[in-house]
Amino acid sequence: MANNAQAEAAHHDHDDHPHGLRRWLFSTNHKDIGTLYLILSLVGGVVGALLSMGMRAELMQPGMQIFGNPEMFNVFVTAHGLIMVFFAVMPATMGAFGNWMVPLMIGAPDMAFPRMNNISFWLLAMAFVLLVSSLFMPGAPGSTGAGAGWTIYAPLSTYGTPGVSVDFAILALHLGGASSILGAINFITTILNMRAPGMTLHKMPLFVWSILVTAFLLLLSLPVLAGAITMLLTDRNFGTAFFDSKHGGDPLLWQHLFWFFGHPEVYIMILPGFGIISQIVATFSRKPVFGYLGMAYAMVAIGVIGFVVWAHHMYAAGLDVNTQAYFVFATMVIAVPTGVKIFSWIATMWGGSIQFKTPMLWALGFIFLFTVGGVTGVMLSNAGVDRSLHDTYYVVAHFHYVLSLGAVFSLFAGWYYWSPKMYGYMYSEFWGKLHFWTMFIGANLAFFPQHFLGLAGMPRRYADYPDAYAGWNLVSSIGAYLAFIGFVLFFVGLIVQFSRKEKAAANPWGPGATTLEWTVSSPPPFHTFDTLPRIK
Amino acid sequence: MGMLHRALMGLVALASLSASGSALAEDLPLGQAHPWQIKFQEAATPIMAQITDFHNYVTAIIIAITLFVLALMIIVMVRFNEKSNPEPSRTSHNTLLEVAWTVIPIFILVAIAIPSFRLLFAQYDFPKADVSITATGAQWYWSYEYPDEDIAFDSIMVPDANLKPGQPRLLTVDNEVVVPVGANVVVGLKSNDVIHDWAVPSFGIKLDAVPGRLQQTWFRAEKEGWFYGQCSELCGRNHAFMPIAIRVVSQEEYDAWVASKKSASIDTKGKVASARD
Repeated sequence: MANNAQAEAAHHDHDDHPHGLRRWLFSTNHKDIGTLYLILSLVGGVVGALLSMGMRAELMQPGMQIFGNPEMFNVFVTAHGLIMVFFAVMPATMGAFGNWMVPLMIGAPDMAFPRMNNISFWLLAMAFVLLVSSLFMPGAPGSTGAGAGWTIYAPLSTYGTPGVSVDFAILALHLGGASSILGAINFITTILNMRAPGMTLHKMPLFVWSILVTAFLLLLSLPVLAGAITMLLTDRNFGTAFFDSKHGGDPLLWQHLFWFFGHPEVYIMILPGFGIISQIVATFSRKPVFGYLGMAYAMVAIGVIGFVVWAHHMYAAGLDVNTQAYFVFATMVIAVPTGVKIFSWIATMWGGSIQFKTPMLWALGFIFLFTVGGVTGVMLSNAGVDRSLHDTYYVVAHFHYVLSLGAVFSLFAGWYYWSPKMYGYMYSEFWGKLHFWTMFIGANLAFFPQHFLGLAGMPRRYADYPDAYAGWNLVSSIGAYLAFIGFVLFFVGLIVQFSRKEKAAANPWGPGATTLEWTVSSPPPFHTFDTLPRIK
Repeated sequence: MGMLHRALMGLVALASLSASGSALAEDLPLGQAHPWQIKFQEAATPIMAQITDFHNYVTAIIIAITLFVLALMIIVMVRFNEKSNPEPSRTSHNTLLEVAWTVIPIFILVAIAIPSFRLLFAQYDFPKADVSITATGAQWYWSYEYPDEDIAFDSIMVPDANLKPGQPRLLTVDNEVVVPVGANVVVGLKSNDVIHDWAVPSFGIKLDAVPGRLQQTWFRAEKEGWFYGQCSELCGRNHAFMPIAIRVVSQEEYDAWVASKKSASIDTKGKVASARD
């Protein structure tokens, strides 16, 4: 598995290394593009987090304090959702870590289509500009911005919001979607064709497996979203009536199309996280992943089943009872491969020699909190009890446990695990751990009480609520502020990491880190694997 | 399953008792949430009672699973850290274990699915209607019709400044829905503009009002009193300000209310018609 990375680095330092605008704007290098995605994701994450601070500030007490117009609160809700999904989590999982690590982990010199990689990034950057500018465009009568939720349900998103802000949001999703489809094609081609000699699919690191499955989910689900939002666009502007019941259309058609994309989308956000956690757990337990094949095919199973469960988001929409019964059954099945993953991580640690470095703390936090979010998902899969929980804060708590405490925790785990490799500087254990504990306590304080609010009946997407819900909302807001402080500590740690410049070794983690990225120097040379490594 | 079920229910009862022991002593308002509530609102219909039982049952299971995972993690962290176990094993397979953690969850899911389907089909087992109501969602209020009684009125939230003492904020309306206790009420749902959702937590019902569709749900309230709900599908600016208020009364009171509404029905209809113009 070893290769002569140092000699390679020396060889390449002097040629084919563009600078300035040529390096960053026209970049075709997977590492530089990964870094660009990382920066975009951090910007998206900051904007999305600030929007959530606005919401939590409003909800800290009953009554309207921050937002003069409740529609502005809806705009914040919508923008928070869209930005966190499309411009914070996705660019980080696929864009940053996928681009950086997939070629390194499979021993490929770069991605299969480097120029397409470039346009994938810049389409997404432009999509972000469009989405942020939609906030300042006319929306519902008397307000700006799209406030129809990230689900942009028709007809609230058609004649309910006449202003152009929704068109801006639709076009942003179009660009973002095109970006992701191109990225998915790139990843699939790279992984299927460019693995180093000897690396069969069944020897591929689980992170690469997770990206492969995610890329297929993107490739199959995003065209449906693109079709649906095109129909929405023509309904809004060109007199069609796909979703307009006054002229023979049906609002439920939108919901079916949206969730056919939307449900795989949630796995698109979490699967790369599964991959990251598998790498980290194996590394810091100094043990190979337990049940490797089961782990890989559990992700494939989650991906496949993820396409046939979409209407569990629509139990309150008035579906036929037998349809609901089918979706209850199909949704529950997902718990099985998810359980396989949780237990295999624990079995990987069992008998191991665990080092509690910062990435491992985040991974352990992920496993437990994802379990909490997973079991409330089992609760919600039951249409009968979802009758009471649908569109309440219970759902908000559930999906923030799997995304805010799941996907985001896996991203921070990935950052502390791979940033010494990517940029050559060790992170600070002190700041990394402080960041973890602040965010762990803060996010739990923010989201756990939301289960209680939902059970007590508080609907989601509410700018104001009956006074009885005041107590837990106050706790939740305090937790959210604490989590935001944790996010600030991340940036403090980032500054410490890049200013004290403590050099990272090629493999800072020792014998547990067995994947190919640890065989090249930290940071890796601009071009890696000119001579392909051989896998035994 | 029976014994396991009972044991788990006991666990839940214990947990909820210790958590809300102090709250139980007070006289809690029916039909709405109370401060620091951590569970469902008290059931006022048989369906909500069934939802509550099912929820408690599943909660017990998922808490047990979560604690099991937590226990395993604690064992792993204590026993297999680098100090207590410097030499890691190389085990990476155990077929029996892998089959077990695939098959056992299936049995747990079956144990959840059986009562789950029973509950789902009970919700859609429509009884013969004693009272029929049509609720029409609009931005941002509900309109109600009693087609058999020829009654129609709008139900609009009372703003904070006009609340009388004892009326809950954001839940009180000018004209509430009145139904007799113990009667099967079938509610037809329509919408004039965007999608709304008619939900009453203590009745265990929640259904979208979708433009172009007529959808139905039903309830049988078995307690008298005021019951509140709120719009549960994002519908624009005043989504949080179009509550649902239902007053459940005795059959005699209901008959008197119908008679009084009927005498005023011409005025009411005139008001509804002008409001929609």
